[in-house]
This record gives sequence, structure tokens and C-alpha cells, in this order.
Amino acid sequence: MKFTRKSLCIPYALWLCLFVVAPLFVLFYYAFTDGTGAFTLSNLTGFFTDPNALGTLVYSFAIAIVTTAVCLLLAYPTAYILATGKLKERQGVILIFVMPMWINFSLRITALKELLDVIEGNLAMYPFLNAVIGMTYDFLPFMILPIYTTIMRLDPAYIEAANDLGANNRDAFFKVTLPLSMPGIMSGVSMVFLPAMTNYVVLDMLYNSTYIMGSLIGSYFSAYNWNGGSMIALILLGIICLFTLLGGSDEEETKARGGALL
Amino acid sequence: MKKIVRPLFLGIMLLFMYLPILILAVYSFTDSTQIGAIHGFSFHNYVTLFTTPELLHMILGTLLLAFGSAVIATLLGTLGAIGSFYSKERTGKVIGILNEVPVVNADVVTGFSICILLVVVFQISKDTFIPLVVGHVTLSAPFVYLAVMPKIKQMDPSLYEAALDLGAKPSTAMQKVVIPQIVPGIVSGFGLAITLSLDDYFIATYTKPATFDTISTYVVNATRGSQTTIKTALWALSTVIFLVVVLVVILMNLQNRRQGKEVSVEKTA
Repeated sequence: MKFTRKSLCIPYALWLCLFVVAPLFVLFYYAFTDGTGAFTLSNLTGFFTDPNALGTLVYSFAIAIVTTAVCLLLAYPTAYILATGKLKERQGVILIFVMPMWINFSLRITALKELLDVIEGNLAMYPFLNAVIGMTYDFLPFMILPIYTTIMRLDPAYIEAANDLGANNRDAFFKVTLPLSMPGIMSGVSMVFLPAMTNYVVLDMLYNSTYIMGSLIGSYFSAYNWNGGSMIALILLGIICLFTLLGGSDEEETKARGGALL
Repeated sequence: MKKIVRPLFLGIMLLFMYLPILILAVYSFTDSTQIGAIHGFSFHNYVTLFTTPELLHMILGTLLLAFGSAVIATLLGTLGAIGSFYSKERTGKVIGILNEVPVVNADVVTGFSICILLVVVFQISKDTFIPLVVGHVTLSAPFVYLAVMPKIKQMDPSLYEAALDLGAKPSTAMQKVVIPQIVPGIVSGFGLAITLSLDDYFIATYTKPATFDTISTYVVNATRGSQTTIKTALWALSTVIFLVVVLVVILMNLQNRRQGKEVSVEKTA
């Protein structure tokens, strides 16, 4: 066979079909069948009529919304300070704020847990608060990085122009900088929101026994209930699709997730 | 005002991000089993960490898995990126979209779905490590693809043509002209693949053999248990990893700075 550049993508295309596309089909199959393989909608209707499951969905959304908001409130000023003023020239400084994402998350959460243990006495007393603290601690760098890159790329001439046209610093920030940094905010939000709905290990490690969407998959998995688990996975996929359509995932996001190894 | 508020805010953020790790690091050098109690200086956590076979196996296993899956992911992702760039537009687009799936998907879902496909449908035993490696490669290859793609787009297409005109076979031109130009993308893709594998918990839990543990799965299980020797040895592990990451970041920064200087020299020359 003659060598062409195109043919180089064959192995990867096959890999994607086998391990990305095929698992999705399998999820669909299992979500809409019962243990014997007969077609059923009971997994779907079961989820939406079970008050516990719906409660979990609501609780996950609550944790995800609060975590995302807290991350944003902390990350935006951080990114802004790092990307403007004197620090703009010293680009190595951002690495200090991004570095935690390269330290194994389970060890970081262990460290946080030991500290919270001392401060709070009994972790189980504040499940929601601890979940939000834990997730913020875990995901913060993923919010800082995309916002930082977006603000860094802003042309300072826009701000100068706004000032020349009579805007004070406050107006210039709210009418120019903030709207222009929306792409960064959006990718930060989508990087935090979804993990906050699914990363149940953070809750587990902080002695929070409340379920979030991810924990449902975990418990179905432990019970060998592939059908129930597949349905939860599908519902999560639906939420992800919705998010991607609304916010749009871009390259910033994917870069940020692995860290700024540009 | 600005002069005080800005550094103060950054300081508080750093404190929040690093205080837990630093406190744990300090206590890892004591014989204390709990934070808060003051105890004598001791290296025993480090001795335990580096002499307990169970812990050593777990660390070595994690590193091997990260390295192995990163090599496969880098190969697949790099070839995939080159191939799809030169394919028909539609083929390239489809590959690009499929490539996004593991990136935006929740790891719980990725891990669970791969487990169902390989373990439940195809009946492949988890003990073969195949599901685990497949899972980690599926997670990281898309990031390699995304790291390499921009480098291919930046490349001057006429260089490859020139090599062909000068008599190089397409495969030779690929090796000698295209690959060397995208090396930075390949390297950062490989780095991404390593960090993703090291940090992963969910895919590993759903696909790993019962007797094998990565650092993440081991630590999560250890926090449920009550073995204090293991618990405090993990403090030592956390400190070691922290120092390694700091070192790597410093080296990377130095390297970037040197490259930055070279570039600016080239520009002025």
C-alpha cells in the first residue's frame, strides 16, 4: 500500500470508534434495557419518579452552582491582578497559581481534610460547606487559568480608548474588560461545573455521605447494576451536551484542563 | 489602596491553596499522627514510605501506568492529528468532534462506559490491565491531539512539498521534515498525558484490577481506613510529590525563559 499522510489517522480513528463511539452505544443499549436484555423505559421513568434520585440531582446542581460561583468570585480577581499591572510582565507567577493542579488531587484533599478536621472538630457537621470548600480547593486553578489567558490577550488599547472617551476605571472595567473576558469565564465555568456535579470522591473523603450524580453511578457500579448506572451516565451526558451547546467548549478549556503546558 | 489590596488578595489566595499542603509537609517530619499535636522531629514517615513494599508497588505501578499510557496516547494522538489535518475536511471534522468527547465528558462517565464495553460486554478481565490502559489512553490521547494540532497548522506546507521535489519519499519527508517541526507540541502532549494519568481516580476505579492501586485510588481507600502508619506515610508522599512538582515547574520556567531569550535574539539579529 502506498504511504499517504491521510492514512496516518487510521489508527486513531479506529481507536475513537472502538473506545469513544462504541461505549456510548453500549450505554444507550444498557440504559434502555433491563437485566434480561428486554427493552424498557423503567430506568428512565424510575429516575424521574424517584424522589431520592431527583433530590440527588437537585443537590448536585446546588453544589455545582455554589462551587462555580465561589470559584469565579475568587478566580476572577486573582486572574485579573496577575494579568494586569506590574505582574503582567512576570509571567512565571501564574505558574504558582496553576501548580496545584499537577499535585495529585487525592493527596491535596487529604491535606485539606486534616486541616478542616482541626478547625471544625467534626467534619460531618458541615457537609454542604465542606463539599463546597473541598471542590473549590480542588478546581480553583482550572478557573484561574482560562480567565488569565483571556485577560492577558486583551489589547490594552481598548482600555485606553475607553478612558480617552471619558470612561472612568470602573466603567472601563465593567463595560470593556469584563465583557471581553467572557470567553475565559465561560470555559472556566464549564470546567468547574461538571466536575462539581460528578466528583463524588471529594465528598467521600470529607465524610459527606450525601449523594451527588457521580455517586449514583458509583453505587450502581458497586451493585453490578449496569442498566441503572448507564441511565445516570446518559442523563449526565445530556447535561454535558446542553452545557456545550450553551457555552461552547473551546480550545482554552481543553488546554486549561491539562494545565498550561503550552 | 491598590498597592495593598492586590498583594493582600493574592497572598490570601496562595494561603488557601498551599496552607494545607505545607502544614501536612511540616507534620510529615514529625512522629505525630494528627495535625495540631506537637511532637518530636522524625523521618519515620519517609522510612515507611520508601521501605513498605505495598506503598512502593503502588507508586511504581502508578508511574509505569502513566508512562506506558502516555507513550501510546502520544503515538495515537500525534499520528491522528497529522492524518486528520491532511484528510478531507469532513473526515477531519468528524475526528475533531469525536476527539472532544472524552475531553468534555465527566471522567465518571468515561470510566463507567469503558468498563461496561470491555468488561461487561467483551468479558475482558480487569486483571489483564487492558481496560485500565485503554481507559487512560482514551482519556489522554485527545489532549495530545489538541496539543499537536496547532503546531501542524502553523507549519509551512511548502516545506513538505520541497522535500518531495528534492526526491524524498513521503515517509522520509514525514520523518525528517514534518515531525521535527511539531516536536514541541508532541512533548507538551506527552506531559499532559502523564499528568492526566497521574491525577485520574475515576477511570482507574472502574477499570483497574482489584489487586492493583494507583496513588489516587490508594489514597482514597486509605482515608476510609484507620491505619495511622499508612496515613502519615502518605503525608510524606504528598510532600515528595509537592517538591517534585515544584522542581519540574522551576525547570520548565527556566527552559521557557532560555527559549524566550533565544527567540528575541533571533528577532534582533
